[in-house]
Amino acid sequence: MSIRKLVAAAATAVLLAGCAGTPAPSGTPASGTPSAPTESGTLTVITHDSFALGEKTIAAFKAETGYDVTFVAPGDAGTVVNQLILTKDAPLGDVVFGIDNTFAGRAIGAGILSPYTSPALPEGAEAFAADDTHALTPVDYGDVCVNADTRWFAAKGLAVPRTLDDLARPEYSGLLVVENPASSSPGLAFLAATVGAKGDPGYLDYWKALKANGVKVVKGWTEAYTVEFSGSSGKGDRPLVVSYASSPAYEPATEALTSTCFRQVEYAGVLAGAQNEVGARKFVDFLLSAAVQAEIPESMYMSPVDPDVELPADWKAHAARVDAPIQVPVAELGAKREQWIKEWTAGVIG
Amino acid sequence: MTAALPVPRVRGPRAAGVGGHPWVWVAAAVLPVVFLAVFFAWPVATLVARGFIVDGRPSLAGVQDVLAAPRTWRIVGQTLGQAVAGSAVSVLLGLPGAYLLYRCRFPGRRALRALVSVPFVLPTVVVGVAFQSLLAPRGLLGFLGLQESFVAIVAALVFFNYSVVVRTVGALWARLDPRAEDAARSLGAGRLRVLATVTLPALAPAIASAAALVFLFCASAFGVVLVLGGSGYGTIETEIWYQTTQLLDLPAAAALSILQLVVVTASLMVAGATRARQERALRLSGNPVDAPLRRGDLPAAAVTAVVVAGLLLLPMGSLAWRSLVTADGIGFAHYVALGGRTGQLTVSAWQALLNSVVTAVAATAIAVVLGLLVSYVLSRRPSSPRGRRFLRGVDAVFMLPLGVSAVTVGFGFLITLNRPPLDLRSSWLLIPVAQAMVALPLVVRTLLPTLRAIDPRLHEAAASLGAAPARIVATIDLPFALRGLGLAVGFAFATSLGEFGATSFLARPDRPTLPVVIFQLIGRPGAENFGMALAASVVLAVLTALAMGLAEWIRPREVNPW
Repeated sequence: MSIRKLVAAAATAVLLAGCAGTPAPSGTPASGTPSAPTESGTLTVITHDSFALGEKTIAAFKAETGYDVTFVAPGDAGTVVNQLILTKDAPLGDVVFGIDNTFAGRAIGAGILSPYTSPALPEGAEAFAADDTHALTPVDYGDVCVNADTRWFAAKGLAVPRTLDDLARPEYSGLLVVENPASSSPGLAFLAATVGAKGDPGYLDYWKALKANGVKVVKGWTEAYTVEFSGSSGKGDRPLVVSYASSPAYEPATEALTSTCFRQVEYAGVLAGAQNEVGARKFVDFLLSAAVQAEIPESMYMSPVDPDVELPADWKAHAARVDAPIQVPVAELGAKREQWIKEWTAGVIG
Repeated sequence: MTAALPVPRVRGPRAAGVGGHPWVWVAAAVLPVVFLAVFFAWPVATLVARGFIVDGRPSLAGVQDVLAAPRTWRIVGQTLGQAVAGSAVSVLLGLPGAYLLYRCRFPGRRALRALVSVPFVLPTVVVGVAFQSLLAPRGLLGFLGLQESFVAIVAALVFFNYSVVVRTVGALWARLDPRAEDAARSLGAGRLRVLATVTLPALAPAIASAAALVFLFCASAFGVVLVLGGSGYGTIETEIWYQTTQLLDLPAAAALSILQLVVVTASLMVAGATRARQERALRLSGNPVDAPLRRGDLPAAAVTAVVVAGLLLLPMGSLAWRSLVTADGIGFAHYVALGGRTGQLTVSAWQALLNSVVTAVAATAIAVVLGLLVSYVLSRRPSSPRGRRFLRGVDAVFMLPLGVSAVTVGFGFLITLNRPPLDLRSSWLLIPVAQAMVALPLVVRTLLPTLRAIDPRLHEAAASLGAAPARIVATIDLPFALRGLGLAVGFAFATSLGEFGATSFLARPDRPTLPVVIFQLIGRPGAENFGMALAASVVLAVLTALAMGLAEWIRPREVNPW
């Protein structure tokens, strides 16, 4: 009997300690404090789960700065941003990489970042900036486009579609597979492309037409590209898929439709309240260094923001160059993203 | 004497305290309870509590909105539907399997037992792709027209959980005294009648227990539901993921977490009650019995062959086959590529495998130490009904981590373990800790039956001869527990090896585990990445089969694994 009380007491004590320890929602000094930037011997880097750089590259950064560097990758861009918002009062780390333009508005609005203008930002890369607050520094970008299995179209004697409107035409009925924007970042990017091209609420009519034309929705990129798409290893039965402009570099018998593209830009930023602001800034500079920028295509399948970086041969031969991607301002994306997903779900999934 | 016959229970005069003074088991309970409180109860409670605070003020509004929405109840309905169907089909197909693998003798039985355990720990993202590829219109089973159907989800759930039923029921079936069945037959009952009136009633507790456990796994299934369910389909688990990670709508997430806790707790109470009966029955049954395959075993053998070949081997085989398909024909190129850092990975897959093994060893150590302590406490037999109910409650509490969303725990970690000395948010140690929490229930289910089988009179005899409590534990309980340890270690190790849910939130890009690498590889374009992901999955499966086979080999025959 005393045991029961003891166990209960122990549990309560721990729980109480927890409650007492919950940070008060008081106003922590956010960005822009005039005091000198903080520095410590350790640096914690938060990234999305697609982050990858070679061991040697990372070792070089560690050796150069002398920091004890820890990387944490809690999930996709959405998970990262939301975790950082949740832990704003006791930041998870010092610097973040992997926030994209669909989540940038939310991250900036929540005040989780502290402004930094990197001297390492290459000339020509300012065009990728999220806005003029300097809270986020562009590191790489990728164009999400509809990809076509050119061999399939050649065999059928059918012209490869070129535009978003083509996709809704009867001769392309039942050929397109897309990712669910609620669970997939290319899916969300394609939804943004339709919003950018057709406007709000015009995009809903466009999706109605796609639905009538037999569009298929799957959970994520892996299922769409490696199972449903006819032009990749899964040998599925749909020759049109939402993927990246760079995908043809790995499946040469495919082609990206350059007028259907939405540009995803990935940013890095110094976290507000970082224990090691100096180190965080150095890491942002490091991501913009020539060595990392050159490694990005092969490691993370994105294009570096540095226009002078030499691209891999496969990319030069097969990846599509997108000169005029469909644009949606970061602030609008941040404010309306959830509403669009909700309306899309109601209209397309039902 | 058979399990069905009532036999007086052995109970000591001071049942509650036998085997040590109360303080011994209080001491044993402290460490696991603190562990569970710090790494589970506190994070989950803190995150759920945040859902009741809107704009800095306590409010029920957000939670009420969710509970009032018809969509919420549709999702609860879908969760229950998939869990009921998944557990029912698992039981129906698992019973013949349990009979064949535990009651019949044939060459390769041990290998087959290890084989059916492999799906239990395969990464869901890979299994999802395997099922999708088979069921796609052009796939091998495309003619069935099952893509994105409820049937596809249930099939995948059965794929993962078949071995739970086979092991739970099989272990009891192996110990059923055949004489009751023989007597019924000599009195003229046919085989089916014997099965329905003698065998199944005796197995009922094990069947109910297995069903409840599978129900728990099915109700909290995540990845496979997202992949196979199609876009209109959602469960409480997928909805918690979406509301938490993508929208950070904490009131909605809190409401759903509470619903999930209600569903999980209810199923645990059923499991606890039936298990209590099963463990009592076990003490009464005889030694393991098996016989060579006979003609009468044909139906069981046929069903099992179809399930193993069609439901288990076909998806696993298609994975293995596609891992061998390369641009230049059939070969091991993808396996060779795992050794290099081909530009796509931070580390080679072999390095990731090493990370996985190191993490799994740490997780196993934590889970086994805590599991021994928890099992020791739970194996006590208090004389009062209240005491027994309390222990059953403790038992259920340690099962909870299996049924509660990894997202809730993961996000809870972030707002609780955030200051010294517990600032573990970016610590590597949190990965084995999270894995140990998932493995702990399996360890307890493995160790408990052996400890419960100890005759209390042994404790009494030792105590009356003057042995100190610690000495009793060291000379009686521990040696018994060690007999079940092989299997417990095997389960804990295999579970940690394949664990992805909790691990993914804590993933360290510079130190990834193999499931994390598989997840990364399969998310990238190019046949080579896909092939490497499949090759790495095959490596993981083989390692799992080896671990389980080894555990099966070390395992004493009388241990019921769950």
